[in-house]
Amino acid sequence: MIETDIIIIGAGPVGLFTVFEAGLVKLKCHLIDSLPQPGGQLTEIYPKKPIYDIPGYPEVMAGELVDKLLEQASPFKPGFTLGESAVTIEETDDDQFIVTTNKGTEHKAPVIMIAGGLGVFEPRKPPVEKLADYEENGVEYIIRDPNIYQGKRVVVAGGGDSALDWSIYLVENNIAKELSLVHRRSSFRGHLDSVQKVMDLADKGDIQLITEAEVVGLNGNGVLNSVEIKHKDGSQITKETDHFIPLFGLKPTLGPIATWGLEIEKNAIKVDTRDYSTNRPGIYAIGDVNTYEGKLKLILCGFHEGTIAVQSAFARIHPDKKNVLKYTTVNGVNGFE
Amino acid sequence: MSDNTVIIHIIDREGVQHDLEAPTDMNMNVMEVCRSYELPVEGRCGGMAMCATCMCYLESDHELPEQSDSELDMLDEAFFVEDNSRLGCQIHINDDIDGIVLRLAPEGN
Repeated sequence: MIETDIIIIGAGPVGLFTVFEAGLVKLKCHLIDSLPQPGGQLTEIYPKKPIYDIPGYPEVMAGELVDKLLEQASPFKPGFTLGESAVTIEETDDDQFIVTTNKGTEHKAPVIMIAGGLGVFEPRKPPVEKLADYEENGVEYIIRDPNIYQGKRVVVAGGGDSALDWSIYLVENNIAKELSLVHRRSSFRGHLDSVQKVMDLADKGDIQLITEAEVVGLNGNGVLNSVEIKHKDGSQITKETDHFIPLFGLKPTLGPIATWGLEIEKNAIKVDTRDYSTNRPGIYAIGDVNTYEGKLKLILCGFHEGTIAVQSAFARIHPDKKNVLKYTTVNGVNGFE
Repeated sequence: MSDNTVIIHIIDREGVQHDLEAPTDMNMNVMEVCRSYELPVEGRCGGMAMCATCMCYLESDHELPEQSDSELDMLDEAFFVEDNSRLGCQIHINDDIDGIVLRLAPEGN
């Protein structure tokens, strides 16, 4: 069991800055994020895009801002549980919370701050009928263990880097017995090297390229045995396969957050703007995941919300302690041992 | 109607047409205008052409500027794409699009 003062759900910019603010009042934080790296949307969606409305930075790349926030938080030695999503929140008899992830990791703290942004990132699923019926029975959205494709026939769909790179990997390592790559267009927009490699492998007959086509149906008897592929000209073929791997990137969904007994409005958590607390005492919501009258989904506003919420969290954790605002310019930043 | 306004016609997913007044002097795009009228357009990425939740189909014969690489990249990965697919966030509100007709793509991107 990981124990800390504040469990922060979401390691995006707002969660990271909250570590710093909590550290100033000597509260320790542990962050949980479904993505394998900190930074949230900034790292996952737009690391190379500039942001222009961070005070003091006329222009900063999203990825660089995350690096700076990590550096700023580092004196306060935050803990991280990455690549796992928070699934349940339980309350204990001694007024604490236990947050458990999908992989069973348990975290205990008197305060939770949900800085979950747009939610949990999950694979984008193509609109193919009966897709859900074959999940884990031939349909996978993420390649966790390439060895399960050893000697199998595989159909990969998608035109981006992950579709290209996995197709190359499964063929070059002699894993898949037969690999088809289905893409809706005739050209690929992934990295040029990857595109060239796929073309070369297709020329050699190691990859069967099926372009201007989409997988539109799945067949099998509980376990997938073929897919229906429809060409742009209207013709359709049935392709026998053991696996269908649609690789169309990730998208965020509110996910388990919606099941935590919190007041939800327009896909966001309603908060009291005095301290960004939710309807459950001890649970706060900051950044893009919350909503209130006049809400602006800006990183800048999330920083403010986290700062205010930390003061309230301090009062909850130390009801008998006095706390006065201290200026970092006067006191410096005294990190944790 | 003031000089700084155009009309855009949005057909929602139930087939209902909404005739929206859109300002040309606010640096807005179609996704933002739809959201300001509370039409069901998510615009999850905020307008960076990095999701396709504002995808729509161009149903009038307006000539739009050539699509950017980032828009084409996104449409490459999106679902329900047709030849006349556009991302609403990449269509800027200006005099050239007065009277444009756009149909919202299904949800699920």
